[in-house]
Amino acid sequence: MDILDLTAVRLSEKIKGGELSAVEATKAVLGQISSVEDYYHCYVTVEEEKALRQAEQVQEKIKAGELSGPLAGVPVAIKDNICTEGMRTTCSSRILYNFIPTYTATAAKALKEAGAIVLGKANMDEFAMGSTTETSYYGVTKNPWNPEHVPGGSSGGSCAAVAAREAFCALGSDTGGSIRQPSSFCGVTGLKPTYGTVSRYGLIAYGSSLDQIGPVAKDVADCAALLEVLAVHDPKDSTSVRREETDFTAALVQDVKGMRIGIPKDYMGEGLDPQVREAVEQAAKVLEEQGAIVEGFDLSLVEYAIPAYYVIASAEASSNLSRFDGVKYGYRTEDYEGLHNMYKKTRSEGFGEEVKRRIMLGSFVLSSGYYDAYYLKALRTKALIKQAFDRAFEKYDVILGPTAPTTAPRLGESLKDPLQMYLGDIYTVSVNLAGLPGMSVPYGIDDKGLPIGVQFIGDAFQENKVIRAGYALEQTREWQMPDTKKGGR
Amino acid sequence: MANVISDETIDYVGILSKLELSEQEKEQAKKDMGRMLDYIDKLNELDTSQAEPMSHVFPVHNVFREDVVTNEDLREEILANAPEQKEGQFEVPKTVE
Repeated sequence: MDILDLTAVRLSEKIKGGELSAVEATKAVLGQISSVEDYYHCYVTVEEEKALRQAEQVQEKIKAGELSGPLAGVPVAIKDNICTEGMRTTCSSRILYNFIPTYTATAAKALKEAGAIVLGKANMDEFAMGSTTETSYYGVTKNPWNPEHVPGGSSGGSCAAVAAREAFCALGSDTGGSIRQPSSFCGVTGLKPTYGTVSRYGLIAYGSSLDQIGPVAKDVADCAALLEVLAVHDPKDSTSVRREETDFTAALVQDVKGMRIGIPKDYMGEGLDPQVREAVEQAAKVLEEQGAIVEGFDLSLVEYAIPAYYVIASAEASSNLSRFDGVKYGYRTEDYEGLHNMYKKTRSEGFGEEVKRRIMLGSFVLSSGYYDAYYLKALRTKALIKQAFDRAFEKYDVILGPTAPTTAPRLGESLKDPLQMYLGDIYTVSVNLAGLPGMSVPYGIDDKGLPIGVQFIGDAFQENKVIRAGYALEQTREWQMPDTKKGGR
Repeated sequence: MANVISDETIDYVGILSKLELSEQEKEQAKKDMGRMLDYIDKLNELDTSQAEPMSHVFPVHNVFREDVVTNEDLREEILANAPEQKEGQFEVPKTVE
Protein backbone atom coordinates (compact mmCIF):
# COMPACT_ATOMS: atom_id res chain seq x y z
CA MET A 1 0.00 0.00 0.00
CA ASP A 2 1.20 3.47 -0.86
CA ILE A 3 2.26 5.46 2.24
CA LEU A 4 0.00 8.28 1.12
CA ASP A 5 -3.08 6.09 1.34
CA LEU A 6 -2.56 5.42 5.05
CA THR A 7 -4.73 7.06 7.65
CA ALA A 8 -2.97 9.27 10.19
CA VAL A 9 -3.23 6.72 13.00
CA ARG A 10 -2.00 3.85 10.79
CA LEU A 11 0.89 5.96 9.52
CA SER A 12 1.94 6.81 13.07
CA GLU A 13 1.78 3.13 14.03
CA LYS A 14 4.13 2.25 11.20
CA ILE A 15 6.51 5.05 12.15
CA LYS A 16 6.52 4.03 15.80
CA GLY A 17 6.97 0.43 14.75
CA GLY A 18 10.08 1.38 12.77
CA GLU A 19 8.66 0.41 9.35
CA LEU A 20 9.26 3.92 8.09
CA SER A 21 10.39 7.24 9.51
CA ALA A 22 8.64 10.54 10.04
CA VAL A 23 11.11 12.03 7.56
CA GLU A 24 10.16 9.49 4.88
CA ALA A 25 6.48 10.16 5.49
CA THR A 26 7.06 13.91 5.24
CA LYS A 27 9.10 13.51 2.06
CA ALA A 28 6.38 11.35 0.55
CA VAL A 29 3.69 13.93 1.22
CA LEU A 30 5.91 16.82 0.09
CA GLY A 31 6.45 14.84 -3.11
CA GLN A 32 2.71 14.55 -3.59
CA ILE A 33 2.38 18.30 -2.94
CA SER A 34 4.98 19.07 -5.58
CA SER A 35 3.25 16.88 -8.14
CA VAL A 36 -0.39 17.89 -7.66
CA GLU A 37 -0.49 21.17 -5.70
CA ASP A 38 -0.21 23.30 -8.84
CA TYR A 39 -3.40 21.71 -9.90
CA TYR A 40 -5.53 21.67 -6.75
CA HIS A 41 -4.02 24.61 -4.86
CA CYS A 42 -4.88 23.38 -1.37
CA TYR A 43 -2.31 25.55 0.37
CA VAL A 44 -1.60 29.26 0.75
CA THR A 45 1.83 28.49 2.19
CA VAL A 46 3.90 25.28 2.15
CA GLU A 47 6.93 25.23 4.46
CA GLU A 48 9.02 22.40 3.10
CA GLU A 49 12.25 23.09 4.99
CA LYS A 50 10.52 23.65 8.30
CA ALA A 51 8.47 20.48 7.87
CA LEU A 52 11.55 18.39 7.16
CA ARG A 53 13.42 19.85 10.12
CA GLN A 54 10.45 19.21 12.37
CA ALA A 55 10.19 15.65 11.02
CA GLU A 56 13.80 15.00 11.97
CA GLN A 57 13.20 16.26 15.50
CA VAL A 58 10.00 14.23 15.84
CA GLN A 59 11.76 11.12 14.59
CA GLU A 60 14.46 11.57 17.26
CA LYS A 61 11.83 11.90 19.95
CA ILE A 62 9.97 8.82 18.75
CA LYS A 63 13.23 6.86 18.84
CA ALA A 64 13.95 8.14 22.34
CA GLY A 65 10.47 7.08 23.42
CA GLU A 66 9.46 10.67 24.21
CA LEU A 67 6.66 10.65 21.64
CA SER A 68 4.32 7.69 21.52
CA GLY A 69 0.86 9.16 20.87
CA PRO A 70 -1.41 8.29 17.92
CA LEU A 71 -0.31 11.32 15.86
CA ALA A 72 3.44 11.11 16.37
CA GLY A 73 5.17 11.64 13.04
CA VAL A 74 2.04 12.56 11.07
CA PRO A 75 2.34 15.42 8.54
CA VAL A 76 -0.66 17.76 8.80
CA ALA A 77 -2.11 20.88 7.18
CA ILE A 78 -3.41 23.76 9.26
CA LYS A 79 -6.14 26.10 8.09
CA ASP A 80 -4.76 29.54 7.42
CA ASN A 81 -6.87 31.25 10.08
CA ILE A 82 -5.03 29.40 12.86
CA CYS A 83 -1.94 31.27 14.03
CA THR A 84 1.43 29.55 13.74
CA GLU A 85 4.49 31.22 15.19
CA GLY A 86 6.96 32.24 12.53
CA MET A 87 4.73 30.88 9.75
CA ARG A 88 2.72 33.29 7.63
CA THR A 89 -0.98 33.29 8.50
CA THR A 90 -3.17 35.15 6.01
CA CYS A 91 -6.79 34.05 6.59
CA SER A 92 -6.69 33.94 2.77
CA SER A 93 -7.01 37.72 2.85
CA ARG A 94 -4.95 40.44 1.26
CA ILE A 95 -5.13 42.38 4.51
CA LEU A 96 -2.91 39.76 6.22
CA TYR A 97 -0.70 39.06 3.20
CA ASN A 98 2.53 39.37 5.21
CA PHE A 99 1.41 38.59 8.76
CA ILE A 100 3.83 36.41 10.74
CA PRO A 101 2.28 35.50 14.11
CA THR A 102 4.47 35.70 17.18
CA TYR A 103 2.63 32.85 18.85
CA THR A 104 0.98 29.54 18.00
CA ALA A 105 -2.72 28.84 18.53
CA THR A 106 -3.39 26.43 21.37
CA ALA A 107 -4.91 23.85 19.00
CA ALA A 108 -1.94 23.91 16.63
CA LYS A 109 0.43 23.79 19.59
CA ALA A 110 -1.34 20.72 20.95
CA LEU A 111 -0.92 18.99 17.59
CA LYS A 112 2.76 19.84 17.41
CA GLU A 113 3.34 18.64 20.95
CA ALA A 114 1.67 15.38 19.99
CA GLY A 115 4.33 14.99 17.30
CA ALA A 116 2.37 16.11 14.25
CA ILE A 117 4.45 17.81 11.55
CA VAL A 118 3.11 21.05 10.12
CA LEU A 119 3.38 21.08 6.32
CA GLY A 120 1.85 24.50 5.78
CA LYS A 121 -1.28 26.58 5.81
CA ALA A 122 -4.41 25.46 4.01
CA ASN A 123 -6.40 27.73 1.73
CA MET A 124 -9.86 28.88 2.79
CA ASP A 125 -12.56 31.37 2.03
CA GLU A 126 -11.36 34.81 3.09
CA PHE A 127 -11.85 35.09 6.86
CA ALA A 128 -13.83 31.82 6.63
CA MET A 129 -16.69 33.65 4.91
CA GLY A 130 -17.91 31.48 2.10
CA SER A 131 -18.89 27.97 1.15
CA THR A 132 -16.60 27.31 -1.81
CA THR A 133 -13.02 28.52 -1.05
CA GLU A 134 -13.48 30.80 -4.06
CA THR A 135 -13.31 33.99 -1.98
CA SER A 136 -9.63 33.37 -1.12
CA TYR A 137 -7.37 36.24 -2.22
CA TYR A 138 -4.78 33.61 -3.15
CA GLY A 139 -6.82 31.74 -5.73
CA VAL A 140 -9.41 28.99 -5.70
CA THR A 141 -8.87 25.45 -4.48
CA LYS A 142 -10.18 22.71 -6.74
CA ASN A 143 -12.00 19.57 -5.76
CA PRO A 144 -9.67 16.56 -6.09
CA TRP A 145 -12.60 14.39 -7.25
CA ASN A 146 -13.21 16.69 -10.16
CA PRO A 147 -11.20 19.89 -10.55
CA GLU A 148 -14.06 21.61 -12.31
CA HIS A 149 -15.93 21.59 -9.01
CA VAL A 150 -15.40 23.50 -5.78
CA PRO A 151 -14.04 21.76 -2.68
CA GLY A 152 -16.61 23.51 -0.52
CA GLY A 153 -15.73 25.91 2.22
CA SER A 154 -14.61 27.58 4.13
CA SER A 155 -12.11 24.86 5.13
CA GLY A 156 -11.84 23.84 1.46
CA GLY A 157 -8.04 23.76 1.44
CA SER A 158 -7.89 21.54 4.53
CA CYS A 159 -10.43 19.07 3.12
CA ALA A 160 -9.04 19.04 -0.42
CA ALA A 161 -5.51 18.52 0.96
CA VAL A 162 -6.63 15.41 2.85
CA ALA A 163 -8.55 14.10 -0.17
CA ALA A 164 -5.64 14.80 -2.54
CA ARG A 165 -3.27 13.16 -0.03
CA GLU A 166 -1.33 16.39 0.28
CA ALA A 167 -1.71 15.95 4.06
CA PHE A 168 -2.63 12.97 6.21
CA CYS A 169 -5.09 15.05 8.18
CA ALA A 170 -5.80 18.70 8.83
CA LEU A 171 -7.23 21.31 11.14
CA GLY A 172 -10.27 23.20 9.96
CA SER A 173 -12.65 25.61 11.63
CA ASP A 174 -16.43 25.57 11.55
CA THR A 175 -18.65 28.61 12.13
CA GLY A 176 -21.69 27.57 10.09
CA GLY A 177 -20.60 24.31 8.49
CA SER A 178 -17.09 25.15 7.35
CA ILE A 179 -15.60 21.80 8.36
CA ARG A 180 -18.56 19.54 7.61
CA GLN A 181 -19.66 20.89 4.23
CA PRO A 182 -16.23 20.77 2.51
CA SER A 183 -15.62 17.37 4.13
CA SER A 184 -18.81 16.21 2.46
CA PHE A 185 -17.79 17.71 -0.90
CA CYS A 186 -14.27 16.22 -0.73
CA GLY A 187 -15.23 12.77 0.54
CA VAL A 188 -13.35 13.09 3.83
CA THR A 189 -14.46 12.96 7.46
CA GLY A 190 -14.76 16.19 9.41
CA LEU A 191 -15.90 16.85 12.93
CA LYS A 192 -17.10 20.07 14.51
CA PRO A 193 -16.81 19.66 18.28
CA THR A 194 -19.15 21.00 20.95
CA TYR A 195 -18.57 24.74 21.42
CA GLY A 196 -15.83 25.27 23.99
CA THR A 197 -14.16 21.89 23.46
CA VAL A 198 -11.21 23.16 21.42
CA SER A 199 -9.52 26.40 22.43
CA ARG A 200 -10.06 29.35 20.10
CA TYR A 201 -6.89 31.06 21.32
CA GLY A 202 -4.99 31.94 18.17
CA LEU A 203 -7.91 31.28 15.85
CA ILE A 204 -8.53 34.50 13.95
CA ALA A 205 -12.11 35.21 14.94
CA TYR A 206 -15.06 35.34 12.56
CA GLY A 207 -18.17 34.69 14.67
CA SER A 208 -16.73 34.12 18.13
CA SER A 209 -19.86 32.58 19.66
CA LEU A 210 -20.03 30.02 16.83
CA ASP A 211 -16.40 29.31 15.84
CA GLN A 212 -14.87 25.94 16.67
CA ILE A 213 -11.67 24.34 15.45
CA GLY A 214 -11.96 20.67 14.56
CA PRO A 215 -10.32 17.76 12.74
CA VAL A 216 -10.50 16.82 9.06
CA ALA A 217 -9.27 13.31 8.27
CA LYS A 218 -9.60 10.20 6.14
CA ASP A 219 -11.75 8.35 8.63
CA VAL A 220 -13.62 8.50 11.91
CA ALA A 221 -10.79 6.92 13.91
CA ASP A 222 -8.41 9.69 12.84
CA CYS A 223 -10.96 12.34 13.79
CA ALA A 224 -11.37 10.77 17.24
CA ALA A 225 -7.61 10.60 17.76
CA LEU A 226 -7.19 14.24 16.67
CA LEU A 227 -10.02 15.42 18.88
CA GLU A 228 -8.45 13.72 21.88
CA VAL A 229 -5.33 15.79 21.31
CA LEU A 230 -7.26 19.01 20.67
CA ALA A 231 -9.77 18.86 23.53
CA VAL A 232 -7.80 20.51 26.29
CA HIS A 233 -8.97 23.19 28.66
CA ASP A 234 -7.24 26.49 27.95
CA PRO A 235 -7.14 29.41 30.40
CA LYS A 236 -6.40 31.66 27.41
CA ASP A 237 -9.91 31.12 25.99
CA SER A 238 -12.59 32.25 28.43
CA THR A 239 -15.17 30.04 26.71
CA SER A 240 -12.99 26.94 26.94
CA VAL A 241 -14.80 24.15 28.77
CA ARG A 242 -13.05 21.79 31.16
CA ARG A 243 -14.34 18.42 29.98
CA GLU A 244 -14.26 15.37 32.19
CA GLU A 245 -14.47 12.74 29.46
CA THR A 246 -12.20 13.16 26.46
CA ASP A 247 -11.60 9.51 25.67
CA PHE A 248 -13.05 9.80 22.18
CA THR A 249 -11.25 6.80 20.72
CA ALA A 250 -13.11 4.62 23.22
CA ALA A 251 -16.20 5.24 21.09
CA LEU A 252 -14.64 3.48 18.10
CA VAL A 253 -16.71 0.33 18.47
CA GLN A 254 -19.07 -1.05 15.92
CA ASP A 255 -22.09 -1.23 18.18
CA VAL A 256 -25.24 0.78 17.64
CA LYS A 257 -27.63 -1.74 19.18
CA GLY A 258 -30.45 0.15 20.81
CA MET A 259 -29.06 3.53 19.74
CA ARG A 260 -31.94 5.90 19.08
CA ILE A 261 -31.40 7.81 15.86
CA GLY A 262 -33.74 10.57 14.71
CA ILE A 263 -33.95 11.86 11.16
CA PRO A 264 -35.46 15.36 10.93
CA LYS A 265 -38.21 15.18 8.33
CA ASP A 266 -37.58 18.87 7.69
CA TYR A 267 -34.04 17.97 6.55
CA MET A 268 -35.31 15.55 3.95
CA GLY A 269 -37.77 17.69 2.04
CA GLU A 270 -37.67 20.32 -0.66
CA GLY A 271 -34.29 21.41 -1.97
CA LEU A 272 -32.50 18.16 -1.15
CA ASP A 273 -30.82 16.42 -4.05
CA PRO A 274 -32.52 13.01 -4.54
CA GLN A 275 -29.18 11.18 -4.56
CA VAL A 276 -28.15 12.77 -1.27
CA ARG A 277 -31.53 11.83 0.18
CA GLU A 278 -31.04 8.25 -0.97
CA ALA A 279 -27.61 8.14 0.70
CA VAL A 280 -29.09 9.29 4.02
CA GLU A 281 -31.91 6.75 3.72
CA GLN A 282 -29.41 4.02 2.90
CA ALA A 283 -27.27 5.02 5.91
CA ALA A 284 -30.38 4.88 8.11
CA LYS A 285 -31.21 1.43 6.79
CA VAL A 286 -27.70 0.13 7.41
CA LEU A 287 -27.68 1.44 10.97
CA GLU A 288 -31.11 -0.03 11.57
CA GLU A 289 -29.86 -3.40 10.37
CA GLN A 290 -27.12 -3.11 12.96
CA GLY A 291 -29.70 -2.68 15.69
CA ALA A 292 -30.25 1.06 15.89
CA ILE A 293 -33.78 2.39 16.31
CA VAL A 294 -34.28 4.89 13.52
CA GLU A 295 -37.28 7.16 13.07
CA GLY A 296 -38.27 10.42 11.45
CA PHE A 297 -39.32 13.42 13.54
CA ASP A 298 -40.08 17.11 13.19
CA LEU A 299 -37.14 19.17 14.38
CA SER A 300 -38.91 22.43 13.46
CA LEU A 301 -37.52 25.97 12.92
CA VAL A 302 -35.07 24.71 10.29
CA GLU A 303 -35.81 27.55 7.86
CA TYR A 304 -35.06 30.17 10.53
CA ALA A 305 -31.54 28.98 11.24
CA ILE A 306 -29.91 30.63 8.22
CA PRO A 307 -31.35 34.14 8.68
CA ALA A 308 -30.53 33.99 12.42
CA TYR A 309 -27.03 32.75 11.62
CA TYR A 310 -26.26 35.51 9.13
CA VAL A 311 -27.36 38.21 11.55
CA ILE A 312 -25.31 36.82 14.45
CA ALA A 313 -22.21 35.82 12.47
CA SER A 314 -22.12 39.11 10.53
CA ALA A 315 -22.64 41.16 13.70
CA GLU A 316 -19.76 39.40 15.42
CA ALA A 317 -17.62 39.63 12.30
CA SER A 318 -18.15 43.39 11.99
CA SER A 319 -16.77 43.77 15.49
CA ASN A 320 -14.01 41.15 15.22
CA LEU A 321 -12.71 42.49 11.92
CA SER A 322 -12.50 46.06 13.16
CA ARG A 323 -8.95 45.27 14.33
CA PHE A 324 -7.70 45.15 10.76
CA ASP A 325 -6.81 48.77 10.25
CA GLY A 326 -3.31 48.82 8.77
CA VAL A 327 -1.62 50.04 11.96
CA LYS A 328 0.12 47.15 13.69
CA TYR A 329 0.30 44.40 11.06
CA GLY A 330 -0.81 43.40 7.61
CA TYR A 331 -1.62 45.48 4.59
CA ARG A 332 -1.59 49.29 4.61
CA THR A 333 -2.76 51.33 1.63
CA GLU A 334 -0.10 53.22 -0.31
CA ASP A 335 -1.55 56.71 -0.48
CA TYR A 336 -3.69 58.28 2.18
CA GLU A 337 -4.54 61.57 3.79
CA GLY A 338 -4.71 61.30 7.53
CA LEU A 339 -5.63 58.47 9.85
CA HIS A 340 -9.28 57.91 8.97
CA ASN A 341 -8.61 57.90 5.29
CA MET A 342 -5.85 55.37 5.90
CA TYR A 343 -8.20 53.09 7.83
CA LYS A 344 -10.88 53.29 5.16
CA LYS A 345 -8.62 52.81 2.17
CA THR A 346 -6.66 50.02 3.86
CA ARG A 347 -9.83 48.10 4.69
CA SER A 348 -11.51 48.74 1.35
CA GLU A 349 -8.46 47.50 -0.55
CA GLY A 350 -7.55 44.76 1.92
CA PHE A 351 -10.90 42.99 2.23
CA GLY A 352 -12.69 41.12 -0.53
CA GLU A 353 -16.30 41.55 -1.60
CA GLU A 354 -17.91 38.89 0.57
CA VAL A 355 -16.08 40.07 3.69
CA LYS A 356 -17.17 43.66 3.09
CA ARG A 357 -20.73 42.52 2.50
CA ARG A 358 -20.82 40.79 5.89
CA ILE A 359 -19.07 43.61 7.75
CA MET A 360 -21.67 46.05 6.38
CA LEU A 361 -24.60 43.80 7.22
CA GLY A 362 -23.17 43.24 10.68
CA SER A 363 -22.63 46.95 11.30
CA PHE A 364 -26.18 47.61 10.17
CA VAL A 365 -27.89 45.03 12.39
CA LEU A 366 -25.95 46.29 15.40
CA SER A 367 -26.63 49.97 14.74
CA SER A 368 -28.99 51.88 16.97
CA GLY A 369 -32.57 51.60 15.80
CA TYR A 370 -32.00 48.15 14.28
CA TYR A 371 -30.30 46.30 17.13
CA ASP A 372 -33.52 45.01 18.72
CA ALA A 373 -35.27 44.23 15.46
CA TYR A 374 -32.42 42.24 13.98
CA TYR A 375 -29.70 41.32 16.42
CA LEU A 376 -31.82 40.58 19.50
CA LYS A 377 -34.45 38.92 17.33
CA ALA A 378 -31.76 36.58 15.99
CA LEU A 379 -30.50 35.81 19.50
CA ARG A 380 -34.06 34.98 20.59
CA THR A 381 -34.44 32.71 17.56
CA LYS A 382 -31.19 31.03 18.53
CA ALA A 383 -32.70 30.26 21.96
CA LEU A 384 -35.71 28.65 20.27
CA ILE A 385 -33.49 26.59 18.00
CA LYS A 386 -31.50 25.37 20.98
CA GLN A 387 -34.77 24.37 22.67
CA ALA A 388 -35.83 22.43 19.57
CA PHE A 389 -32.60 20.43 19.74
CA ASP A 390 -33.03 19.92 23.49
CA ARG A 391 -36.44 18.37 22.83
CA ALA A 392 -35.00 16.15 20.08
CA PHE A 393 -32.23 14.86 22.33
CA GLU A 394 -34.75 13.85 24.97
CA LYS A 395 -35.83 11.23 22.45
CA TYR A 396 -32.70 10.49 20.42
CA ASP A 397 -29.03 9.73 21.01
CA VAL A 398 -28.01 11.21 17.67
CA ILE A 399 -29.59 12.96 14.73
CA LEU A 400 -28.83 11.74 11.21
CA GLY A 401 -29.27 13.81 8.08
CA PRO A 402 -27.53 15.19 5.02
CA THR A 403 -24.50 17.45 5.47
CA ALA A 404 -25.35 19.61 2.48
CA PRO A 405 -28.34 19.68 0.08
CA THR A 406 -26.16 18.76 -2.91
CA THR A 407 -22.73 17.49 -3.84
CA ALA A 408 -20.02 19.98 -4.85
CA PRO A 409 -21.21 22.63 -7.33
CA ARG A 410 -19.14 23.65 -10.32
CA LEU A 411 -16.53 26.37 -9.91
CA GLY A 412 -17.89 29.85 -10.48
CA GLU A 413 -21.55 28.96 -9.99
CA SER A 414 -22.06 29.82 -6.34
CA LEU A 415 -20.73 33.36 -6.02
CA LYS A 416 -23.13 34.68 -8.64
CA ASP A 417 -25.89 34.54 -6.07
CA PRO A 418 -24.66 34.86 -2.47
CA LEU A 419 -28.10 34.33 -0.95
CA GLN A 420 -28.48 31.06 -2.83
CA MET A 421 -25.04 30.02 -1.59
CA TYR A 422 -26.05 30.79 1.98
CA LEU A 423 -29.00 28.39 1.64
CA GLY A 424 -26.51 25.56 1.16
CA ASP A 425 -25.72 25.83 4.88
CA ILE A 426 -29.26 24.85 5.88
CA TYR A 427 -28.34 21.54 7.56
CA THR A 428 -25.16 22.74 9.23
CA VAL A 429 -25.70 26.24 10.70
CA SER A 430 -28.24 25.31 13.36
CA VAL A 431 -25.63 23.00 14.91
CA ASN A 432 -23.36 26.01 15.45
CA LEU A 433 -26.18 28.14 16.80
CA ALA A 434 -26.94 25.43 19.36
CA GLY A 435 -23.23 24.78 20.07
CA LEU A 436 -23.55 21.07 19.29
CA PRO A 437 -21.09 18.52 17.88
CA GLY A 438 -21.58 17.39 14.29
CA MET A 439 -19.67 15.14 11.96
CA SER A 440 -19.78 14.57 8.22
CA VAL A 441 -19.00 11.04 7.09
CA PRO A 442 -18.59 10.19 3.38
CA TYR A 443 -21.28 7.81 2.22
CA GLY A 444 -21.56 7.12 -1.47
CA ILE A 445 -20.78 8.79 -4.76
CA ASP A 446 -23.33 10.50 -6.99
CA ASP A 447 -23.75 9.97 -10.73
CA LYS A 448 -21.33 12.83 -11.43
CA GLY A 449 -18.63 10.94 -9.54
CA LEU A 450 -18.72 13.34 -6.59
CA PRO A 451 -18.78 12.20 -2.96
CA ILE A 452 -21.84 12.51 -0.73
CA GLY A 453 -21.61 13.18 3.00
CA VAL A 454 -24.07 12.31 5.74
CA GLN A 455 -24.12 14.21 9.00
CA PHE A 456 -24.44 13.00 12.57
CA ILE A 457 -25.41 15.57 15.18
CA GLY A 458 -25.12 14.94 18.90
CA ASP A 459 -26.25 16.68 22.05
CA ALA A 460 -23.71 18.97 23.70
CA PHE A 461 -20.63 17.05 24.90
CA GLN A 462 -21.90 13.83 23.31
CA GLU A 463 -19.18 13.48 20.66
CA ASN A 464 -18.80 9.85 21.69
CA LYS A 465 -22.28 9.00 20.39
CA VAL A 466 -21.60 10.84 17.13
CA ILE A 467 -18.31 9.01 16.75
CA ARG A 468 -19.86 5.64 17.56
CA ALA A 469 -22.65 6.08 15.00
CA GLY A 470 -20.22 7.42 12.38
CA TYR A 471 -17.79 4.59 12.98
CA ALA A 472 -20.51 1.94 12.69
CA LEU A 473 -21.66 3.40 9.38
CA GLU A 474 -18.12 3.76 8.10
CA GLN A 475 -17.44 0.05 8.61
CA THR A 476 -20.07 -0.70 6.00
CA ARG A 477 -18.82 1.58 3.25
CA GLU A 478 -16.32 1.05 0.54
CA TRP A 479 -13.03 2.92 0.98
CA GLN A 480 -13.03 5.59 -1.67
CA MET A 481 -10.45 8.28 -2.35
CA PRO A 482 -10.01 10.33 -5.53
CA ASP A 483 -7.41 9.25 -8.04
CA THR A 484 -4.89 12.07 -7.95
CA LYS A 485 -2.45 10.26 -10.18
CA LYS A 486 -4.32 11.75 -13.06
CA GLY A 487 -3.81 15.09 -11.34
CA GLY A 488 -7.18 15.95 -12.76
CA ARG A 489 -5.60 16.38 -16.17
CA MET B 1 -37.79 44.32 -2.49
CA ALA B 2 -39.39 45.28 0.79
CA ASN B 3 -36.25 46.74 2.30
CA VAL B 4 -35.06 49.72 0.33
CA ILE B 5 -31.70 50.96 1.54
CA SER B 6 -31.31 54.71 1.14
CA ASP B 7 -28.12 56.52 0.20
CA GLU B 8 -28.00 57.94 3.72
CA THR B 9 -28.17 54.47 5.25
CA ILE B 10 -25.44 53.03 3.07
CA ASP B 11 -23.23 56.05 3.79
CA TYR B 12 -23.84 55.57 7.50
CA VAL B 13 -23.04 51.85 7.27
CA GLY B 14 -19.86 52.80 5.41
CA ILE B 15 -18.84 55.04 8.31
CA LEU B 16 -19.60 52.35 10.89
CA SER B 17 -17.71 49.75 8.87
CA LYS B 18 -14.78 52.06 8.10
CA LEU B 19 -15.11 51.23 4.42
CA GLU B 20 -14.86 53.51 1.42
CA LEU B 21 -17.19 52.50 -1.37
CA SER B 22 -17.23 53.69 -4.95
CA GLU B 23 -20.58 54.78 -6.39
CA GLN B 24 -20.89 51.46 -8.17
CA GLU B 25 -20.05 49.50 -5.02
CA LYS B 26 -22.60 51.55 -3.09
CA GLU B 27 -25.36 50.66 -5.52
CA GLN B 28 -24.45 46.98 -5.33
CA ALA B 29 -24.23 47.11 -1.53
CA LYS B 30 -27.69 48.72 -1.34
CA LYS B 31 -29.12 45.92 -3.45
CA ASP B 32 -27.30 43.13 -1.60
CA MET B 33 -28.23 44.44 1.82
CA GLY B 34 -31.84 45.00 0.88
CA ARG B 35 -32.13 41.50 -0.44
CA MET B 36 -30.45 40.02 2.63
CA LEU B 37 -32.72 41.99 4.97
CA ASP B 38 -35.78 40.81 3.05
CA TYR B 39 -34.62 37.30 3.72
CA ILE B 40 -33.79 37.99 7.35
CA ASP B 41 -37.29 39.45 7.82
CA LYS B 42 -38.45 35.85 7.71
CA LEU B 43 -37.60 35.81 11.42
CA ASN B 44 -40.60 38.09 11.99
CA GLU B 45 -42.88 35.11 11.31
CA LEU B 46 -41.67 33.69 14.61
CA ASP B 47 -43.13 34.63 17.95
CA THR B 48 -40.01 35.06 20.06
CA SER B 49 -41.67 37.02 22.85
CA GLN B 50 -41.17 34.17 25.31
CA ALA B 51 -37.51 33.61 24.44
CA GLU B 52 -34.64 35.43 26.09
CA PRO B 53 -31.85 36.52 23.74
CA MET B 54 -29.18 33.82 23.94
CA SER B 55 -25.67 35.06 23.32
CA HIS B 56 -23.99 31.93 24.61
CA VAL B 57 -25.38 28.41 24.54
CA PHE B 58 -23.80 27.39 27.82
CA PRO B 59 -23.92 29.44 30.97
CA VAL B 60 -20.60 31.26 30.80
CA HIS B 61 -19.28 33.51 33.48
CA ASN B 62 -16.35 35.80 33.64
CA VAL B 63 -13.24 33.74 33.91
CA PHE B 64 -10.53 35.26 36.02
CA ARG B 65 -6.89 34.42 36.33
CA GLU B 66 -3.90 36.12 37.84
CA ASP B 67 -2.35 38.68 35.53
CA VAL B 68 1.08 37.13 35.32
CA VAL B 69 3.45 37.81 32.46
CA THR B 70 4.26 34.49 30.79
CA ASN B 71 5.68 35.57 27.46
CA GLU B 72 9.11 37.01 26.88
CA ASP B 73 9.86 40.33 25.24
CA LEU B 74 8.61 40.06 21.67
CA ARG B 75 8.97 43.70 20.74
CA GLU B 76 11.15 43.08 17.70
CA GLU B 77 9.01 40.24 16.34
CA ILE B 78 5.81 42.20 16.82
CA LEU B 79 7.23 45.34 15.29
CA ALA B 80 8.46 43.31 12.33
CA ASN B 81 4.79 43.00 11.30
CA ALA B 82 4.21 46.77 11.37
CA PRO B 83 3.50 48.40 8.01
CA GLU B 84 5.54 51.40 9.16
CA GLN B 85 7.70 51.74 12.24
CA LYS B 86 9.91 54.39 13.69
CA GLU B 87 12.23 54.27 16.68
CA GLY B 88 10.75 51.05 18.00
CA GLN B 89 7.16 52.21 17.68
CA PHE B 90 4.26 51.84 15.25
CA GLU B 91 4.16 54.79 12.91
CA VAL B 92 0.78 56.27 12.00
CA PRO B 93 -0.30 59.44 10.25
CA LYS B 94 -0.49 62.54 12.39
CA THR B 95 -3.73 62.43 14.36
CA VAL B 96 -3.62 65.65 16.36
CA GLU B 97 -3.15 68.95 14.63
